Amino acid sequence: MTVEARLGSVANYVDERTGAAAWMKKNLQKAFPDHWSFLLGEVALYSFVILLLSGTFLTFWFDPSQREVVYEGSYEPLEGIKMSAAYASALHISFEVRGGLLMRQIHHWAALIFMAAIVAHMMRVFFTGAFRKPREGNWIIGIGLLTLGIVEGFLGYSLPDDLLSGTGIRIAEAIIQALPVVGSYLAYFAFGGAFPGESFIPRIYTVHVLLLPGAFLALITAHLMLVWYQKHTQYPGPGRTEKNVVGYPLMPTYMAKAGGFFFIVFGVTAFLAAVASINPIWLYGPYTPGQISAGSQPDWYMGWLDGLVRMAPPIETHAFGHTISWNILVPGLIIPGILFTGMALYPFIESWITGDKREHHLLDRPRNAPNRTALGAMSLTFVMVTLINGGNDIIATHFDLSINQIMWGTRFGVFILPPLAFVITKRLCLSLQRADRELVLHGRETGTLLRLPHGEFVEVHEPISPEKAFLLTSHEQAPPLELPEVDGRGVKRAGALRNKLRSRMSVANAEAIPKVSVNDLKEIEHH
Amino acid sequence: MKRISRYRRHKAAGPFLLLLALLAIGTTFSVASATTAAETTSADRSLQIEEGRQIFLKGCSSCHGLNAEGAQIAPSLIGVGAASVDFQVGTGRMPMADMSTQAMRKEPLYNAEETAALAAYVASLAPGPAIPGESELNFERDGSTAEGGELFRNNCAMCHNFAGQGGALSQGKYAPTLMGVEPRHIYEAMVTGPQSMPVFSDKTITPEEKLSIIKWIKSAEKEPNLGGASLGRVGPVTEGLLGWVLGLGILIGVAVWLAMKAR
Amino acid sequence: MSNEIEAIKDPGLPAHVHRKADTDSAAADRAERQVAILFGISALGTVLLIVSYIFIPDDVFIFIPVMGNQNAHQLGLGLGMAISLFFIGMGAIHWAKTLMPDTEVVAQRHEFRSPDSDRKEFVEAVKSGAGAAGLGRRSLIKKSLGAALGLSALSPLLLLRDLGPLPEKELEKTTWKSGTYLVTDPGNRRIKASDLEVGAVAQVLPEIEDPEHRKLSDIAKDAVLLIRLRPQEFNLEANKLAMTHDGIIAFSKICSHMGCAVALYEQQTKHLLCPCHQSTFDVTRGAKVIFGPSARPLPQLDITIDQEGYLVARQPFSEPVGPSFWERNSQ
Repeated sequence: MTVEARLGSVANYVDERTGAAAWMKKNLQKAFPDHWSFLLGEVALYSFVILLLSGTFLTFWFDPSQREVVYEGSYEPLEGIKMSAAYASALHISFEVRGGLLMRQIHHWAALIFMAAIVAHMMRVFFTGAFRKPREGNWIIGIGLLTLGIVEGFLGYSLPDDLLSGTGIRIAEAIIQALPVVGSYLAYFAFGGAFPGESFIPRIYTVHVLLLPGAFLALITAHLMLVWYQKHTQYPGPGRTEKNVVGYPLMPTYMAKAGGFFFIVFGVTAFLAAVASINPIWLYGPYTPGQISAGSQPDWYMGWLDGLVRMAPPIETHAFGHTISWNILVPGLIIPGILFTGMALYPFIESWITGDKREHHLLDRPRNAPNRTALGAMSLTFVMVTLINGGNDIIATHFDLSINQIMWGTRFGVFILPPLAFVITKRLCLSLQRADRELVLHGRETGTLLRLPHGEFVEVHEPISPEKAFLLTSHEQAPPLELPEVDGRGVKRAGALRNKLRSRMSVANAEAIPKVSVNDLKEIEHH
Repeated sequence: MKRISRYRRHKAAGPFLLLLALLAIGTTFSVASATTAAETTSADRSLQIEEGRQIFLKGCSSCHGLNAEGAQIAPSLIGVGAASVDFQVGTGRMPMADMSTQAMRKEPLYNAEETAALAAYVASLAPGPAIPGESELNFERDGSTAEGGELFRNNCAMCHNFAGQGGALSQGKYAPTLMGVEPRHIYEAMVTGPQSMPVFSDKTITPEEKLSIIKWIKSAEKEPNLGGASLGRVGPVTEGLLGWVLGLGILIGVAVWLAMKAR
Repeated sequence: MSNEIEAIKDPGLPAHVHRKADTDSAAADRAERQVAILFGISALGTVLLIVSYIFIPDDVFIFIPVMGNQNAHQLGLGLGMAISLFFIGMGAIHWAKTLMPDTEVVAQRHEFRSPDSDRKEFVEAVKSGAGAAGLGRRSLIKKSLGAALGLSALSPLLLLRDLGPLPEKELEKTTWKSGTYLVTDPGNRRIKASDLEVGAVAQVLPEIEDPEHRKLSDIAKDAVLLIRLRPQEFNLEANKLAMTHDGIIAFSKICSHMGCAVALYEQQTKHLLCPCHQSTFDVTRGAKVIFGPSARPLPQLDITIDQEGYLVARQPFSEPVGPSFWERNSQ
């Protein structure tokens, strides 16, 4: 049988049982817009697959038990030391299982890249406005994936029960314990008694290996199905409209590129695992509550939380025989809660400000949405400042600074720098818009000087191509909302304050350099 | 009187009087402050102690006082023992270049002989911790690496980090790295508690336990990085940085190449 | 002049530019060879992986510039795997870029909104279905269904009750009692006051019957730090001063902020620094917080000596140790 004939008979077999040919024929030709920034989500997706594969490998040897054992493995500096079976099994994977250390490192590097890719992807979606209708739901799923990723990563590196991650668990327990009314009960239920107990590692193993991966699979599937069904967004440009998708067909081009990219992500992760040591648990030692290392930090995606906790003012309420630890609750739960809720609701907040209820499939160039871009820069600055404080002791020793200086610097910086970043970014965006306008009106500066007959020197400008001119002017510039505060008879309406706020924000949001129109070009010609 | 006054206008008169005055003041001061110093062995001072005293007067007394009794800016050295001197001078911390609480390790100013002399001199002032001898430092024979690790994590890691790489203290001070430090100096530091470091008494950490700690530190120093380059052995901060810069960086680079049109 | 601003027109998709391999068969063959080479490098990577796994012993070290001494077995495994995976990807992508069709296709987006007739039919179907179920009319069913479902939701919550015991007063108690001896950690040796020099610290635990089998949950509350100063260096109220002995002061080592071990003692400044969030405690003033997020000083242990000079606790801690909790009376 020829290859075609064999493929044909397989296809026939499947189609007779599922009717697959009908929907496959349509989808094999599905168009996928091609831009490098669209691959960030793919990095996250492939990292997730790598985590599943490497993680499964690890489960074949890992023992999630806090039962005390005496170490009898090959790593001499820990010989005869008492430790949990979990820690001992992680050492066994690292030293006695061939490929074990490599797989541990692939798993951990993949986790770091997974979170980095999620954040980078989220930034791309945010700055290009891809979260607008009809993709609000997918944005919320994405924020959910981000949150679950942070938890999953924390639980994952806590499983080996080493000194560094055990310290992290102590901090988590303190946050639970600090909850008013129910804190001590929830802590005792989570840990099966007093900290550290013997139940926590086995329980988080179940969460890390079964519950959260299940949640991930469900959410990622929903996330991808929505992208598939709603079709991917695309950058503006010639030939691209709100009503079409321009790209490469799934088969063969996109399949080959996307499939190949999976191997790239896996390969780079394996490369990092080969050349860079990560989480050397044998150096940390087993966890015991009486020990601690200088320079203890969580993994980077929780570093900003650590920074917030470090800079918190030492405020507790001691009243009526009870204690409320604001110094733990505010940075540990309240601020992150506000932040993540705000992020999740952002599509609705923005559409409330702009009054825009239409579908959007063309992306915004970030400069053309200056308020949104500035807001994103502001959030990033906030995260950077808190992240720096999270590593203040490492930064202090390496750059000859003092942790006290860095702490105070970031305490003020977290209030001063984000608004500053907002203002600077907004002005930058408007300047870029102005530059775009100049480019369309006057063309590209060639650097060639020309002397005119009457003696004046001018720089020769080359008109830009019609494609470029279209790209620079195809964005929308909607006027701000004008919401009445008084009704027809001049009486103040109910909801006047809300309308006033909304109008003000809408006006600020709509600030832009007017784009070039055909009329402007005609005027120029008359020069 | 007339004979002396004949030389009143001699050109050497001024310098001579100056010298006389200095000698007078110096001697008066030494005699006066000699009463606050510990018993100096004047009769049977060995050559080494005297050599040490000379070096001390030249290089240390301006801060520590002419009789090592201390001053506003430097503590008394009476009773600190030879071990302190051997550590501070041997690692170059003393004489201090920068008058802060953090005495930084630097190139030692004095050679081994001079350091030994200084140590002998300070030891002669009052009883104090002695420099451990070779036989007392045989950590390979007398120490246990695993026990040393436990002791290290309990007593040292909170300042010096889990792998002895050093760590931050408050107000810009730091606990330095323990890598590449002489076993003798490590021992002396534990015994004498230099600068910000506390003292680890021989009863709470016995000499054998101290040797175990040294054995562990040396083992950590020699230990190769099994999983690849070490990234400083400081934990997740450098790992996260590398993940973003190298990991995501290479991936974005490949993504840009992937989406570029081929020629 | 019309009021409407006329936007610049869309010139349409730019003309397709052919790649070398599209028109020149030699270029296409070259591209094919390049793809094959990339796949070949991947195969070499797999060979390296297999050879390293089977033949390279795991105690051989080789020197790599910049990285230093690396374990050859690990490096071979890792690089072999990285190369084998990475170059499959490179080959596939290069193949797609140079040889697979790169003419952009244009697909049409369709409005998501269903046609009005479908929407009407949907609403009708739901209404008639719900009406047939009788939910609207039969309020007794609605109420009792609500009650049954709501009540059944309590069962899983109840079943989780045995996740842990109730805390009761456990958070407020430690092993320390009147007469408990202070012992070294590790080592479990009793400590005499005269064992400590001025400027010394000691990691301490309470003496128990079976020191070989201390529970971590006990250590998490019992760990104590012993520090010796000169008695005149203390700046304490009389009752706190009475809890010291001849310049020796004992604090709970468990940070009052979030429970890390506060063992970093700066001898010259007499400050304790917690490495987790940099809470700084002044030992001369009873571990008063002078910097950082902790809101309470470290609890002080009342110590004295017995007839032989060994340090003992005079009474249990007068307040709960460790992080705060709702029921903690912190006044």
